[in-house]
Amino acid sequence: MVGITSYGGYIPWYRINRMTIYGAIGTWLNPASLLPGEKAVSNWDEDSISMSVNAAVDCLTGIEREKVDGLYFATTTSPFTERQAGGIIATALDLRSDIRTADFTGSISGATTALLSACDSVTAGSAKSIMLCSADCRIAKAGGPLEEQYGDGAVALLLGDDGVIASLDGSYSLSYDFMDHYRVTQDKFNRQWEDRWIRDEGYGKFIGEAIAGLMKKYSMSPKDFTKVVYPCLYARAHGAIAKQLGFEAEQVQEHMFTAIGNTGTPYPLMMLVAALEEAKAGDKILVASYGNGSDALIFTVTKEIEKVRDRKGIKKSLEFKHDIGSYERFITCNSVLPIDTAGRGEETSLTSASKLWRERREILGLVGTKCKRCGTPQYPPQRVCVNPACGAIDEMEDYRFSDRKGHIFTYTGDLLAFSPNPPSLYGVINFDGGGRYLMDLTDCEQDKVKVGLPVELSFRRKYIDRVGVSGYFWKARPITE
Amino acid sequence: MPEGIKDKVAIIGMGCTRFGERWDKSGDDLMVDAFKECIEDAGIEKKDIDVAYWGAFYPMQGLSGMPLSTLLHLPFIGVTHVENMCASGTEAIRGATYAVASGASDIALAIGVEKLKDVGYGGLPAFGVSMSGANLTAPGGFAMLATRYFATYNLSPEEGKRMIGRVSVKSHHNGTLNPKAHLRREVTLDDVVKAPIIAWPLGLYDCCGVSDGSAAAIVVRAEEAKKFRSDPVYIKALQIAISSGEEIQYTDFDMAHVESTTHAAARAYKEAGIKNAREEISMAEVHDCFSITETVTMEDLQFSPRGHAREDIESGFFDLDGGLPVQPDGGLKCFGHPIGASGIRMIYEMYKQLQGKADARQIKDPKYGLTHNLGGVPHANVCSIAIVGL
Repeated sequence: MVGITSYGGYIPWYRINRMTIYGAIGTWLNPASLLPGEKAVSNWDEDSISMSVNAAVDCLTGIEREKVDGLYFATTTSPFTERQAGGIIATALDLRSDIRTADFTGSISGATTALLSACDSVTAGSAKSIMLCSADCRIAKAGGPLEEQYGDGAVALLLGDDGVIASLDGSYSLSYDFMDHYRVTQDKFNRQWEDRWIRDEGYGKFIGEAIAGLMKKYSMSPKDFTKVVYPCLYARAHGAIAKQLGFEAEQVQEHMFTAIGNTGTPYPLMMLVAALEEAKAGDKILVASYGNGSDALIFTVTKEIEKVRDRKGIKKSLEFKHDIGSYERFITCNSVLPIDTAGRGEETSLTSASKLWRERREILGLVGTKCKRCGTPQYPPQRVCVNPACGAIDEMEDYRFSDRKGHIFTYTGDLLAFSPNPPSLYGVINFDGGGRYLMDLTDCEQDKVKVGLPVELSFRRKYIDRVGVSGYFWKARPITE
Repeated sequence: MPEGIKDKVAIIGMGCTRFGERWDKSGDDLMVDAFKECIEDAGIEKKDIDVAYWGAFYPMQGLSGMPLSTLLHLPFIGVTHVENMCASGTEAIRGATYAVASGASDIALAIGVEKLKDVGYGGLPAFGVSMSGANLTAPGGFAMLATRYFATYNLSPEEGKRMIGRVSVKSHHNGTLNPKAHLRREVTLDDVVKAPIIAWPLGLYDCCGVSDGSAAAIVVRAEEAKKFRSDPVYIKALQIAISSGEEIQYTDFDMAHVESTTHAAARAYKEAGIKNAREEISMAEVHDCFSITETVTMEDLQFSPRGHAREDIESGFFDLDGGLPVQPDGGLKCFGHPIGASGIRMIYEMYKQLQGKADARQIKDPKYGLTHNLGGVPHANVCSIAIVGL
């Protein structure tokens, strides 16, 4: 049996109400295109890579990372055209290096395609366990319809043949060169053709065609499925697709379009995770993606599902939210509005590739050391033990801090330090189990920060250097549950 | 315990420029000004100097001994550039002191400088962005000391801000009496507490200014000093203590005090033969880069018991007319902090006070003056302490 063995989800903390967008820039929006609800938007220190790492950490709860044989990453918004993002994510997760990593890009159906490829590898026996991460962080021009639609989010699924929580029982794929939306190499923003044409000739047809093809291939009908899961580009058309195929309204998985927006590549799998969170053994779930055609997949939930109930997944991530407050803050965080970074903000460095390579486990993986003689955990990694009563030299073992929790020992909100989302919050974190480090704080407002507040770690984009290279590090994020 | 430097070396001349936003002067101009006052005060000529140490922190001042030597056209003597963050000035004094004490040289120049106001933005010049950690600034680093101090001693932010605010009110008053200070106006406690936040909980008036300036000193062996002047000032102690790294990596440290100052002070008192600092030290110029720094330093220097600086601050014990005047010249608060110059600027005030030449700021019959620098942040820093006296 091959399928999903664990899941994780990640939705950024910030939400923007679509009325906030309309209130700020409504003059340019056609009132006829006004959409309801809110959408999830990434903080200034997030991108597809960072969000994927956080979803994957959730997915890996209680799982031995040494047993992961591969990592696939699906996105249309990698910050690198050439430099594999999957490799960055695998390093941040401190996975083994003798694994297969790949990026699936160019289409928002990339996540289901990557899932099928991962399962094919497991079926073929070339891997026992593959991590699939998917995230998108698509920015849109101010005042356009895409700005209202696009949201940000990430998902992670572990695929394998041991401890399967939902087996992959069949698939059917369609591929069309349907240029409904696209982004040429030089462009920052997506463009799209007329909505009515996309809705009626693409979105309204391909998902139905793939699902119908799937049911025909396996001689199944809508009543065989507990849930049918597919992304929402247009709210009314979304319901019509299932109805046309003969599904009842209660079989259709809630699309979250008015809670997080159209999150692109991870969207169908984020909805799948939400479905799995409610599923019980024996449920059959049909998932279809949309993008240059469609992939349709059948999953059967097993009793192992009960073992992964402690994930944050989608449900808890939906609850962890904060209104960004203003449109201006939103377009500053996503860099659509180029703010005056003044002198201090321009003091950026160049990422040293050789240093990053040498210290990759320290910087990306947050791997420090633990003294074998006195047991003191320490970060950054030390060769000489920092414990004044010990001082052992070269008696260290690796010690990963990224999956540890801690407490805020002291902090400040700094308005002198440059931050696109001031104040720059940082503090000293004492880690549970030992170790102390000065870290940025993120996803919190200064008036909620206190000495003693419990924190977890979150992988973040720390900077974009002067030639455009994104650099990543870990930050502390208050635990609110 | 080593024998120490007490009474082996004397300062026979000093110079100090007016500190401020010296748009009119380069760093080189400031050094020439300080040097000129210094050798006139010592009554020597340039050719008498046989070794020099110059402190400057930022690389834009230039590196190596050459920027000083070629500026003053020193005659092929040994010139050493010293950098130890905010202790760089005191480190230059230490180099010069040890050079003459050892007998390797006879007349040594120590000079410090920093030209901070040529970068195009406020605050200290930034250092780019590191690949890991947090991009902290100086106010942010010391704000975390305030957060920790307030939490440790159960002070509400309002109580804490009023306590440290009183420190700035006192220094601003002293600054009005000093023509060489950058900021020369009184502020009220309300001004300080209500000022815009720079790094919570520190507001604008909790932070020292950012200035240009230079200061210089000439030292000789103690037994030669009276040949140059009747009122030389003697070095009683010179100590440097540097963070070991355990403050930020090992969880035992409370972050409500500064460990390096605590060590440097204990050693300096031993070197100078001081048993009770609160009673015996007549006056001090400490590193009040931020009001919280001065507050905590009062405890690290044993002027106030741990957790009790507040009583002494609020009773006026550290005021110019108090039991132990601190920052009689206005401190970093009013002078700003041209990094390499500050340590020598502090000693300049002690020197003038000991000689009875501090005009409106004159403290009655001082015996020992203490100076203190703290470079870096409370959890990772360099500390220097000098004690001078008659």
